[in-house]
Amino acid sequence: MRNSFVGSPVERREDLRFVRGRGQFVDDLSPDGLLHAVILRSSAAHGRIRSIDAAAAFKMEGVHAVITAGDMPGGPPKIAMRLQPLPEFKRFEQSVIADTKVRYVGEPVAVVLAESVALGEDALERIVVDIEALPAIGDCETSAQGDRLLFPEQGTNCAMTFTAECGDADAAFKAAAYTRREKFRTGRHYGLTMEPRGVMAEWDAATGRLTVSGAAKVPFFNRRILAKLMGLPEDAIAMVENDVGGGFGARGEFYPEDFLIPFAARHVGRPVKWIEDRCENLMAMNHARQANVDVEIACTRDGIILALRGHAHVDMGAYMRTNGAVAARNIAQFMAGPYRIANIKLQSSLCMTNKTPVGTYRGPGRFETDFFRERLLDLVAKDLGIDRVEFRRRNLIPASAMPYRLPTITPFESSDEIDSGDYRVTLDRCLEEFGWADKAKLQGKLIDGRYHGLAVGCFIEGGAAGPKETARLEINPDGSVAVFVGSSAVGQGVETVFAQIAADALEIPMERISGVHHGSTAYVSDGYGAYHSRSVVMGGSALLDATKNLHNLICATASKRFGCAPSEIKISEDRIIGPGEISATFAEFAGLTAEGAFLNKKHTYTCGTHAAHVTVDARIGQVEIVDYVTVVDCGRIINPMTMRGQVIGSLVQGLGGALLEDLQYDDDGQLLTGSLADYLVPTASDFPKLRAIVTDMFPSPINPLGAKGAGEGGIISAGGIVANAVANALSTFGVEPRELPLTPQRIWKMVEAG
Amino acid sequence: MPVNFEVNGKPVTVEVEPRMTLVDCLRHKLRLTGTHVGCEHGVCGACTILLDGEAVRACLILAVQAEGTKIVTIEGLSNDEALTPLQASFRRHHAVQCGFCTPGMITTAHALLTAEPDCDADRVRDVLSGNICRCTGYISIVEAVLDARSAYRAPKSQS
Repeated sequence: MRNSFVGSPVERREDLRFVRGRGQFVDDLSPDGLLHAVILRSSAAHGRIRSIDAAAAFKMEGVHAVITAGDMPGGPPKIAMRLQPLPEFKRFEQSVIADTKVRYVGEPVAVVLAESVALGEDALERIVVDIEALPAIGDCETSAQGDRLLFPEQGTNCAMTFTAECGDADAAFKAAAYTRREKFRTGRHYGLTMEPRGVMAEWDAATGRLTVSGAAKVPFFNRRILAKLMGLPEDAIAMVENDVGGGFGARGEFYPEDFLIPFAARHVGRPVKWIEDRCENLMAMNHARQANVDVEIACTRDGIILALRGHAHVDMGAYMRTNGAVAARNIAQFMAGPYRIANIKLQSSLCMTNKTPVGTYRGPGRFETDFFRERLLDLVAKDLGIDRVEFRRRNLIPASAMPYRLPTITPFESSDEIDSGDYRVTLDRCLEEFGWADKAKLQGKLIDGRYHGLAVGCFIEGGAAGPKETARLEINPDGSVAVFVGSSAVGQGVETVFAQIAADALEIPMERISGVHHGSTAYVSDGYGAYHSRSVVMGGSALLDATKNLHNLICATASKRFGCAPSEIKISEDRIIGPGEISATFAEFAGLTAEGAFLNKKHTYTCGTHAAHVTVDARIGQVEIVDYVTVVDCGRIINPMTMRGQVIGSLVQGLGGALLEDLQYDDDGQLLTGSLADYLVPTASDFPKLRAIVTDMFPSPINPLGAKGAGEGGIISAGGIVANAVANALSTFGVEPRELPLTPQRIWKMVEAG
Repeated sequence: MPVNFEVNGKPVTVEVEPRMTLVDCLRHKLRLTGTHVGCEHGVCGACTILLDGEAVRACLILAVQAEGTKIVTIEGLSNDEALTPLQASFRRHHAVQCGFCTPGMITTAHALLTAEPDCDADRVRDVLSGNICRCTGYISIVEAVLDARSAYRAPKSQS
């Protein structure tokens, strides 16, 4: 039986429970004897802890324990980095709980364990924390000056400077006929998940085993960290992945609470659950995006880009968290995006500040750096009198240059290359779908009180991080097959797409795939999770290997039973067939299980083009998206319906970042946006006119599926495209946005200034 | 203190603290965990339930205020045999990703379509704009709700 589930818009299996309200999220768990944890967080951005008096809180009825740094022998341990764990970063790692100093509003100071959340919150109010305030370091500029230090013992606020380099940028600038230098900034966002974080830990003192529910994204990595911090062997800890209400890079990294709750459960010998509230979520989950750049471009007069150089500063917040360096690195490495620029020297400095620490958020560094670059390209095209589309076309990396080497990053990662793609094809497809030629005449026009503007730009999206993923297949007693993967589910539909891949590979109907079990550490020997748009590429490829191994195992087992050679065994849709009349059902081979793996350190590169038509009411600075077309080529598509869902979903997040979202602090380091009434995200009425076209023209040559990671294609370009469209609309006012988000107030001010 | 109301057709008496919100009562006292908590300040809509037929936010109501009311949650809008037309439409249109906002979305949409089965796309967007979804970008949700309208119209117009 030859299936073609891969490539078909198969309706999702997981929806059957979600639409009925039968998903099981971590807060839905409630074992007997459960205690609830609530966390006292620092109200000061920067200060020395003089004392913590929890005696009154501890005495309250229903309160079982109050945990502070003093309860941890040897002091609270620090959380190691998961990605780019360079020794320089060790200096700025976060302790699981504040000890002698606090460095951001929201830093955990004490944990109360109580019979209910309400009683725990009552107790929080009785804890007296005496903090000697220190001046807050609120931005990159102050941080870089270094007059005040977050970690005086380190002598610097700069955790690291990455350099991305190729060719000889300085020589190219010296010889260039045209150069332009600009400064840009992006706002502070975060990967707001609809389900706030949650952890539930159960300690079994008799067996010395710990079960942690609420795991997400990278359960195996986190188990490794937790085992070390708790002084337990890894196999004494089971991480359980429940349904996860959104990931976006932020959910599932190892946070202080991922230690504090298991520690608390062992401390009191009872199950302990902590569910973050939204205000905590805004100040405790990883922040992202805030960066500024001083960048210079060199071109020939006929619009060939010769060189890029510059220096970005990234606002890291107070500590280096598990994946905190990724965005800063990407800003330097991907500033050239899909364009061929032979000479590059870009630096990116990581500046520590008294804010919530940063981590990755969907399209880390890429959203920022694509805004910087696409803005720059429009300014240059205008200077040189070259059509914006033609300017881009002239500089796109040609298909003939694939695989294309990216700039070398120092320190840590030497280099990377783009696997495949023809960027002019996605550009042309986008222009055609968008109707660029017809709409071009609207540029800058005032119609019925609104100015019309257009923009187009291209992107690349790296994905499929290695080094490895694991998958396992097992034949059930009824002859169906269960799939187990080391990839994690964060809402992207892995239960469906892995069932599609498995059914095709096994050549059985999809109904015979009994289930796809993911995330939890019990299912496979090792797993690497869901980040960097890697689940399908890495997990799916591992699944193909597992299929091969299962087939080999079936043949070997059947050959013994049938008394023939393994090569004489044929596997049909529902029977295992030997020579002559001998055959058996799958059910007769129940229990057979085979694991497979896929190892790859190369990345896939999805590519695409965005085009937007906006109108702006210059009197009030309000932007409307009239039309927006995204063309994304992501190689082999497993499920075009869920793929399109990834593009539209990430695009709307990107439009939120371009126009609405901004985590703001005052001069004392107080977070001003502590609710969803202050931190604005898109709603159903904001961006109704978006189109996504997903194509599979350029399969990846580096994995057996031919698939590419594709969770970020919608978000990467959004900031640059919207800003260029607004500039185009308001060209009569000379408006040139250099900062995101483009709030009505910010646009109005630029119009007034122009 | 005790509070009496009807949930999904069954009368219940629950012992609650006066300060307990209705959503916490439904989730943790009655174990109806399909209703979710996303913000506890009435912005995200994840906790939307039907109270005497109207879509309301269960995080902004105290359990004691529900005395004598009829409540329907996502569990009451579901059955084991098959997806309802609205649920099937959500699935068909890929209006679900992580599934956390979904019960609130479906409950809000159900209330809208019950009252206004002929509503247009702008009306759907307007009403759903009180429910935040971070995954889908909303377009598929709006399409799903529009596509389910026929199931809510009077039987004669269904033919």
